[in-house]
Amino acid sequence: MSLLVAQGLSKAFGGVHAVEEVSFAVEPGAVVSIIGPNGAGKTTLLNLLCGIYRPSAGRILVEGRDLTGRPPHEFAAAGVARTFQNLQVFFNMTALENVMVGRHRHERRSLAAAMLRPPALAREERAARAEAAELMRFVGLADWLEAPADALPYGALKRLEIARALAARPKVLLLDEPAAGLNPVETQEVNALITRLAARGITVLLVEHNMRLVMGVSDRILVLDYGRKLAEGGAAEVRTDPRVIEAYLGAEEPADAV
Amino acid sequence: MSAEFLQFLLAGLTAGAIYALVALGFTIIYNASHVINFAQGEFVMIGGMATVSLAAAGLPLPAAIAAAVLAAAAVGLALEKFAVEPARGAPVVTLIIITIGASILLRGLATLVWDKKIHALKPFSGDAPIRIGGATLAPQSLWVLGVTLVIVLVLAWFFNRTLLGKALLATSHNRLAAQLVGINVRRVLLVSFGLSAALGAIAGILTAPITFTSWDVGIMLGLKGFAAAILGGLGSGPGAIVGGLALGIVEAMGAGYVSSAYKDAIAFVVLLAVLFFLPGGLLGRGGAERV
Amino acid sequence: MLARLASARTGGLGALIVVLALAPLAFTNNYHYEIAILVALNAVTCVGLNLLIGYAGQISLGHAGFFGLGAYGSAILTARYGWPPLAALVAATAGTALLAYVVGRPILRLKGHYLAMATLGMGIIISIILVTEERFTGGPDGMAVPPFSVAGVALAGERAWYAACAVMLLAAVWLALNLIDSPAGRALRALHGAEIGAQVSGVDAARAKLAVFVLSAVFASVAGSVAAHYAGFITPAKAGFFHSIELVTMVVFGGMASTFGAVAGAAALTLLPQLLTVFKEYEMVMMGAVMMGTMIFMPKGLVPTLAARFGNGRRT
Repeated sequence: MSLLVAQGLSKAFGGVHAVEEVSFAVEPGAVVSIIGPNGAGKTTLLNLLCGIYRPSAGRILVEGRDLTGRPPHEFAAAGVARTFQNLQVFFNMTALENVMVGRHRHERRSLAAAMLRPPALAREERAARAEAAELMRFVGLADWLEAPADALPYGALKRLEIARALAARPKVLLLDEPAAGLNPVETQEVNALITRLAARGITVLLVEHNMRLVMGVSDRILVLDYGRKLAEGGAAEVRTDPRVIEAYLGAEEPADAV
Repeated sequence: MSAEFLQFLLAGLTAGAIYALVALGFTIIYNASHVINFAQGEFVMIGGMATVSLAAAGLPLPAAIAAAVLAAAAVGLALEKFAVEPARGAPVVTLIIITIGASILLRGLATLVWDKKIHALKPFSGDAPIRIGGATLAPQSLWVLGVTLVIVLVLAWFFNRTLLGKALLATSHNRLAAQLVGINVRRVLLVSFGLSAALGAIAGILTAPITFTSWDVGIMLGLKGFAAAILGGLGSGPGAIVGGLALGIVEAMGAGYVSSAYKDAIAFVVLLAVLFFLPGGLLGRGGAERV
Repeated sequence: MLARLASARTGGLGALIVVLALAPLAFTNNYHYEIAILVALNAVTCVGLNLLIGYAGQISLGHAGFFGLGAYGSAILTARYGWPPLAALVAATAGTALLAYVVGRPILRLKGHYLAMATLGMGIIISIILVTEERFTGGPDGMAVPPFSVAGVALAGERAWYAACAVMLLAAVWLALNLIDSPAGRALRALHGAEIGAQVSGVDAARAKLAVFVLSAVFASVAGSVAAHYAGFITPAKAGFFHSIELVTMVVFGGMASTFGAVAGAAALTLLPQLLTVFKEYEMVMMGAVMMGTMIFMPKGLVPTLAARFGNGRRT
């Protein structure tokens, strides 16, 4: 069964059709990239897939369960995790605590238990801290374990969001422009990270502009333009599809073709 | 229409006109600075109390009124300069506390400058009641309604026909764009506060002969004026007027037909109802910041 | 890391215990005890309010309403219906919690100014009801409250009351600190930090906000019940707008997102009017000036500003 299925997904804001009739399926363990010119509706699509926006039409299925129109925390409970292009970091907490929040769907939420702090909870807290620290090391943030979140540089914050998303032990990870604003070295690190994630069997859906990154990690690529799906296929197919070239790159050859 | 109904209606319109003026003050400041000015009611208080004390000191009434309005406007300018400007861009909680603090400060100063007693102002043109269809109307009510109407017309002219007024409107729509076309936004802010203070003061002076005035008269009037502004739609000038009149009438009808003991609660029940069910208000643009 | 956190928390708690235990040595008459008890009760309310305002990032300008409901609930049930005080306290708290739950759902959908005004309206409506229903509440003059007793033994005398309130305050602080450093607590703080990010991480925003709203109402209600029994009297002013503002000012002055800040703020702003009784007429002017001054010059509040100044950085 496909892990994530979008059927005829549409989202309109007033007269603007940000996403129109987009359908696709993501298989478990795959890395799928979504590309397209600016304004193509990529971020809107991601927002739909994690419940931030409610679709105007269409359905979203996660492991066969219909989650259309449900609030974001239910998508999280179903195993969808996401990072943001415009960071949604909790600057009022430490970096470690940010990652720990990612675990929320696995944790005890009761206020009463929290206030009384029985020994079981104290033990869980210690385990949670250890796990969060481990995740921070996994994404390369070992130097920032003790730091407040507002002390981290931009590139580190993007990785922090990934660590937070991983803390949820997600079934599918939605990454929104993870390489945006990063220099080539940092981009290479993100590339390696996504490869490591894929190797661990985590399904990744990523929105990206950086073609080198996209061509390097993707099993399949989805091309959006004006909210519609323009093309879908492997890296080679998409790269040579004339419609894609025209929509995205114009008539000339792309400068940074891989 | 029964005499009783007419009586309540007239009382409601009179109170409503005062609420409308206070609400206009809120709206003008909110539009210019996105600050909810909790000290708005204190301008009402200053208007009434200053007029009373100046008149008692021997000034002819028109002069006392003019001086009181100017004094209130000056306080408004001071409020903008010393309380609001230093906190530009601060979070909502901060701004709310600042203006609440300002209102407490002003009330404290009022008890020092004046006193804690209730004062009455003589009605502008006597108090021989006018009979209208079985109901009675105090002449002062005609002053309230008449002056409010004149003010509304003057403000409409000001905002639509003068450059300064349009500058205020432009700033309220988009501060950055206004700056970019050369509008002195700082001056717009100062004018907004001064104007709001003057409106509040006038409201206080108009109502002083009817409802009397004292150091703490501003609290309830300010809050009810705010409820009126929300009812009409926060940020809408016509909304402030409609909201004020509507609130005054609902309050009078409620007090008359349902329960006079809970008269003061009516405004707040209306406030909650609007916030829950129609946060944009009757005429508002854009809803509340809902999740 | 864990050790440091534990020591900051237990260190703070330890310091509080020491202060509460040693303070009576400086008291020379009953009046001092009275002030201390007042501080403790305000502090309990503020600790709860701080969870809502400082940690969860919401606002309430009507919390004195909950304080008043707790006070009048206990007062009416014990004075008019002869309930035992402990049962009355539990019932009053439950009633307040229920009201907060019912009213909280629609109110917390609002944000910013609209949320502030809705809580303001709620608080004022509560205080108007308390003034108007004279048959039950004694009206604007208030009503007498029987002493607090458990199984026939009355809590009497300043020392006994001080001990009880000190224990109450310690319990409140302990509970709050535990909450902040827990999954539920982190969820609340995350909501404040970046609401969408928190929701996407699985936090049910509406439910979390409602839970902390009700919890803070419970803190206020219990403090109110105890205050009523201690004073032997309750007036509607305790549920009024001005008291709500005082409470918010205490939280904000002491430092939002700091439990010990809330305690410090309560202490400072309860003591200030007492110190100023000489300048009784200037009380309002000073209060207003303090509020404005703090928010303009020290917007993070006293404790966090001092903590940052002295290089601590660690929030409690």
